[in-house]
Amino acid sequence: MSVLVNRDTRVICQGFTGKQGTFHSEQAIAYGTRMVGGVTPGKGGGTHLGLPVFNTVRDAVASTGVDASVIYVPAAFCKDAIIEAADAGIALIVCITEGVPVRDMIEARIVVRETGARLIGPNCPGIITPGECKIGIMPGSIHLPGKVGIVSRSGTLTYEAVQQTTDLGLGQSTCIGIGGDPVPGTGFIECLELFQHDPQTEAILMVGEIGGSAEEEAAAYIAASVSKPVAAYIAGVTAPAGRRMGHAGAVISGGHGTASEKYSALEQAGVVTARSPAEMGNALLAALAATRGS
Amino acid sequence: MNLHEFQAKELLAGYGIAVPEHRVVDSAAAARAAIAELGGSRWVIKAQVHAGGRGKAGGVKIVSDPEDALAAVAAMLGTRLVTAQTGRRGQPVSQVLIETASDIARELYAGVVVDRSRRRVVVMVSTEGGVEIEKVAHDTPEKILQAVVHPLVGLQPFQCRGLGFALGLDAAQLPQFTRILTGMTRLFVDRDLSLLEVNPLVVARDGSLLCLDAKANVDDSALYRQPALEALRDTSQEDEREMRARKWDLNYIALDGNIGCMVNGAGLAMATMDLIKLHGGSPANFLDVGGSTTRERVAEAFKIILADASVRGVLVNIFGGIVRCDMIAEGIVGAVSEVGISVPVVVRLAGNRADLGREILGKSGLRLTAAAGLSEAAHEIVSLVAAA
Repeated sequence: MSVLVNRDTRVICQGFTGKQGTFHSEQAIAYGTRMVGGVTPGKGGGTHLGLPVFNTVRDAVASTGVDASVIYVPAAFCKDAIIEAADAGIALIVCITEGVPVRDMIEARIVVRETGARLIGPNCPGIITPGECKIGIMPGSIHLPGKVGIVSRSGTLTYEAVQQTTDLGLGQSTCIGIGGDPVPGTGFIECLELFQHDPQTEAILMVGEIGGSAEEEAAAYIAASVSKPVAAYIAGVTAPAGRRMGHAGAVISGGHGTASEKYSALEQAGVVTARSPAEMGNALLAALAATRGS
Repeated sequence: MNLHEFQAKELLAGYGIAVPEHRVVDSAAAARAAIAELGGSRWVIKAQVHAGGRGKAGGVKIVSDPEDALAAVAAMLGTRLVTAQTGRRGQPVSQVLIETASDIARELYAGVVVDRSRRRVVVMVSTEGGVEIEKVAHDTPEKILQAVVHPLVGLQPFQCRGLGFALGLDAAQLPQFTRILTGMTRLFVDRDLSLLEVNPLVVARDGSLLCLDAKANVDDSALYRQPALEALRDTSQEDEREMRARKWDLNYIALDGNIGCMVNGAGLAMATMDLIKLHGGSPANFLDVGGSTTRERVAEAFKIILADASVRGVLVNIFGGIVRCDMIAEGIVGAVSEVGISVPVVVRLAGNRADLGREILGKSGLRLTAAAGLSEAAHEIVSLVAAA
């Protein structure tokens, strides 16, 4: 078991024949992801990377059956692409593109929810179930099938977390990059809920960062509804207030959204926290040991 | 992107919202003409900089003599205003706003933001206007009243009435209050703002409402479709190195420490700053070189980091995902040779072909220290800088 994606997940790519879409689809195919085609308006009927190209997402769904779509189109077209995927009935939509206007996400997210689809991203590395299905830009090689569910707001920092759990031999059930934007399609809480109910996931590693109150809300959810061991790291202890640290979501405003507030909320919820990014794996081991001991 | 107060007020006025009579001047001569045009007997002189806290820093003066007004303008123009929200160097004052002073009975607060938890636009109002709203939110959150804006129908009049009555406004004031809140919300959504604040929103002695101070930030991701707002960009208010970095698609923010950082990924870049601090050092900057770490961009990143005279060492932390570490190492070696770096540089490469990358660094003959682990790298650069 795993969450959201597995070896049977049929995936298409929107923006398939573009540079990003081509490169990352090749990587996904090489990893073993069940890619079944892609969409580029105007190039329908042809083939690319040995797979059919469709003009519309609806055409792709009608022709091959699709469970998930990954979006690499430029930011200005993401709202349209997300809504097109939702309208075609795709259950899981993963938007990798960064720089999508916040207004577009507020609107797109509402349509996605109306259709019952799930959106991951934008501005995220994607989602991977190691050894089975890789949707996104993460390097497949650092992953190991295993028991840790990872959920993160950051990209390369997620890879650090993955590498550490791989080096410790724990491996990952599924890793979800929810992205660093102010309005993500899926948040920490939804992912925590999925991991809590996944038999393969024995422990959860949460990687947060400054800005907003998603980590505090996640802490409240963990205290109430998560029985599995959870470890967490929050980036941005040294970040100054009022400055946007790369991610549109990573800004401390009015003294809120600081790393220390997030750490104390998580610790009160029984989460084992790592104060150093080099200690994420060890924090997870401590969380696992504490659970076994109790 | 930040806007100046006068730019925010002009946007508000475009949505039918009352702002004080005003002129923007960039010279004493223009100030004389502005005072004559405005008439009246009391004026507010406000330095236009991209920072709050101007009042306490001497950037706002109330005068009742035209000569005092001119003196205040002359004293502000050409200086750098240092407030609690600026760096030590402050922000240059090249424009001054002159307004007719208002008769103030009450000071309220009105703001529009994106509420991340609700994932909607939210309007906030408070009876506690004219003070730092963050402090009100922290100390007395019950004094901040909110209305959630539905993306399909927008802010509705009933929501404005509810907020207005709660603020103690009377029925005669509600139509104007409703126009202000619905106008602010439409402006926020139409123009892709990320923050819009009117603080204070004043109730004048005659009972009318007026936006005395305004602040607006634009969603950077939406600037491509807001050319009129992009045209309002005042680069004199932005850090030169940050602007230069932006040209190269590098994300750079200057900080106060002495260890320069070059990292791929925003989250990892923040984590690297934290790690330096944990090991007793102090980061000089945030710098995300992004996914495609080419030699040219690495070289430019080094130049930007080293343009900061306080930098005593550089930590490069790259997690090679799809990008290969051997290619990154070649880029670093090329860039370091090209730029000619005299401070110690510690490079930590992890991920795809990291061993090969470290080998390239080792053989380069340059003053580069290769580190395998995160903690090791941070410890190394902090010790090297301390020893220097």
